[in-house]
Amino acid sequence: MINMSASNPNPPSVNRREFLVRLGITGALIAGSGLAAKKLWTPNHFVPGFEKEKGLQLKSYAPEISKVMPSLAIAHGAEHEKTIRAAMGLLGGMERFIQRGDVVMIKPNVAFDRPPALAATTHPDALRAVAKLCFEAGASKVIVADNPINSPTGCFFKSGLTAVAAEMNLDLMYPETNSFAPLSLDGEVLKEWTFFNTPFKKANKVIGLAPCKDHNLCHASMTTKNWYGLLGGRRNQFHQHIHSIVSDFALMMKPTLVILDGMNVLMSNGPTGGRLSDVKPMNTIVAGTDMISVDAYGYSHLLERDIAELTYLHKAQERGLGNINWKDTLHKEVTV
Amino acid sequence: MKWNFNPRDLLKLRNVRRVAQVFFFALFLFFVFVTDLRYLKGYPVSLFLELDPLVAFATAITTHTVYMGLLWSLLLIIPTLLFGRIFCNWICPYGILHHFTGWLLGKRRAEERERIEANRYKKLYSLKYVILIAMIAAAIGGSLQIGLLDPICLLHRSATTSVLPAVNQAAPGSIYIRQYFHVGGWVIGFILLFLVGMNVVIPRFFCRVLCPLGAFLGTLSVASLWRIDRDPTKCVDCDLCLKSCEGASDPHTQLRKSECFVCFNCVEDCPEDAISFKFLPKLEREITAPVVPARRAFLGTLVGLGFYAFARTSGASDRNYDKKVIRPPGSVEEKDFLDRCIKCDQCIRTCPTNVLQPALMEAGLEGIWTPILNMKLGSCDVNCTLCGQVCPTGAIQRITIEEKTGTGKFAAQGPIKLGTAFYDLGRCLPWSMETPCVVCEEVCPVSPKAIYSREVTITKRDGNPIKLRRPYVDPALCIGCGVCEHECPVTDEAAIRVSAVGETRSKERRLLMDGGVTSSVTELEKRQR
Repeated sequence: MINMSASNPNPPSVNRREFLVRLGITGALIAGSGLAAKKLWTPNHFVPGFEKEKGLQLKSYAPEISKVMPSLAIAHGAEHEKTIRAAMGLLGGMERFIQRGDVVMIKPNVAFDRPPALAATTHPDALRAVAKLCFEAGASKVIVADNPINSPTGCFFKSGLTAVAAEMNLDLMYPETNSFAPLSLDGEVLKEWTFFNTPFKKANKVIGLAPCKDHNLCHASMTTKNWYGLLGGRRNQFHQHIHSIVSDFALMMKPTLVILDGMNVLMSNGPTGGRLSDVKPMNTIVAGTDMISVDAYGYSHLLERDIAELTYLHKAQERGLGNINWKDTLHKEVTV
Repeated sequence: MKWNFNPRDLLKLRNVRRVAQVFFFALFLFFVFVTDLRYLKGYPVSLFLELDPLVAFATAITTHTVYMGLLWSLLLIIPTLLFGRIFCNWICPYGILHHFTGWLLGKRRAEERERIEANRYKKLYSLKYVILIAMIAAAIGGSLQIGLLDPICLLHRSATTSVLPAVNQAAPGSIYIRQYFHVGGWVIGFILLFLVGMNVVIPRFFCRVLCPLGAFLGTLSVASLWRIDRDPTKCVDCDLCLKSCEGASDPHTQLRKSECFVCFNCVEDCPEDAISFKFLPKLEREITAPVVPARRAFLGTLVGLGFYAFARTSGASDRNYDKKVIRPPGSVEEKDFLDRCIKCDQCIRTCPTNVLQPALMEAGLEGIWTPILNMKLGSCDVNCTLCGQVCPTGAIQRITIEEKTGTGKFAAQGPIKLGTAFYDLGRCLPWSMETPCVVCEEVCPVSPKAIYSREVTITKRDGNPIKLRRPYVDPALCIGCGVCEHECPVTDEAAIRVSAVGETRSKERRLLMDGGVTSSVTELEKRQR
């Protein structure tokens, strides 16, 4: 640096070296801002949020269609594991669906913070039994995931599923902020929606495990309605087109298997329940590859109501997404 | 400077103290982190608050009782009576935070002289006693305000409402499953930053100037049997003992006993070995009691009593109560609540739905940062009583699920109601917009549902008929949990909103003459499909 001592009232002008350095720095800053502006500049007007977001397409997890094996099994019994085992036995065993090394995603319905006895959530015994069967069939990992309405930790904890997940070493996935990705569907109403995607990054088999429940708006929440818990965002808009939406779920998700837990059925005040008097023991497990058939049986035989009023099943039937006439399908029934 | 390692250095009092500081600060952070349904396993997460003698003392003034775990405060009172304010520099997590940040941001690289000057006692340091006096005066009136500045309350509150949400924002999923939001959390966050930053101007600014707990312990330490003592025959008046003096307690002359944090830095900084920690040293070599001018103490009393009187007569806890003051389940009646709530916001930390929020002015001046429910951010899960379990003072009682839901032994008494839901029909889709909805009915958690709907067929604007179900609230059954408001698709201002009226904790704020347990419930049971 130049020595600007007080003794020299007219300091010499900058030398060449300093002149070049200082000019260079200023010049580089000017050029840098110009380059940055060129890189960042958007010359055209646009409205943020109107860009078309291309969502993911969900693949089918459905098993191969069998002409000899039943697609619907109904088992009556007093205890979860034995009855689920019996139902699966009728379908050809869990081995028909789960092979060695499979990663299975079990989707329970844990929408509310309820103890198991109120039958508003998937029963822990049901989850334990299904997970056990999966492991016996050779599954390498079982994931449990749901996006509840009440607080996720509270719902999993109070439904007893947190304890089962810890006991069976299941991978419990909470719906975290970055667990979601946009989904694209050509549904009747459901087109683009945010989807609970993380479990499906790993899973190659999907089992829906739903309780059988009354529902204030769409009459019943069973295995089809259960997929509601895979969606995020403002789901409360679904109720404006509830039957169309629920039938769209049958298009969205092609599961490996669905199991309807009708051991204790929530007959009234659904889908939340709240009193033991809302619950009726029906001691039945329905399992199958066609959720529409499973739900049709559930509605008429477990909730004991007239299938004609369950609009979403008829919509799904009309769109070829399942068979509401379960009696026409290959089905078996057993009492344990 | 060369680092000469000598294993004996590890046993220096300073290092022993540092170990204790790291341990207690880590313990505090651990408790803060595990105050979450996923990790709570009966950990005493409010232990620091229960150890806090100012919490026990002030709530004893307002309630004439010592609530449950607050008895633990004896564990702190006894050592203070023996050794002085050891809490401030060994245990207090907020003190430790200021000690550390003061070291990090402060004058540690400054010249020795400058550091010595920064640690001389200033008259300003008596302010904390005036603050304490004002808070006790307010408490005698019936307004518990110690939580505004009590360091444990302050640190819990700052962690809950500003630090943890900020950490989770930076690292999603690290603290919460979904991002938590706290209304006005930025105010609390900036107060934390301000108090931490003030360490640059005055080392241990909060501890020396503001801390009412420090003032309380300083008063207690008048009777302490041990203290730092300077041997005048050895002392060469170099003032080096002030170099790292945390409390600004003048160890170079007559020790101000009430100001000393017992950090032991002076003992090791003294080049002449003139300073030691002594049992019953001579009284003439100490200033035993805190120096608080009487007229300022009187002024503090007036401010405290005035705070109580002016705040109460503003009416926020009485007839002019705000509809938004919806208190957590198990809360005691509002005036008793203000007797007990220390604004530590532990309830807000443990709430699994983010519905609990620190009040700003909703509950009046007295109720600032006390918990209220904000249904836009969450709703009260029916089978959850976590807020009462962590409340150290009983502002929220330790109720059971049975008591909350009015089942089992509590069937005759009925459920605890937080308020009542009301429809805003102009915003309701089936009532005003020819659109099906009733999400509110779906999520209503009581049985029979407090929200019911009636089916109507109307002719739409386009001439086509449409079947709609229009919702109603049964005030006898509504518990004010707010899940209807939270789930309402009209998200900016819901078409059904809970307000405080009808809460069971207050006779004055009830809505129904018969208290809300009507015969219609049994009738409804019969009519169910």
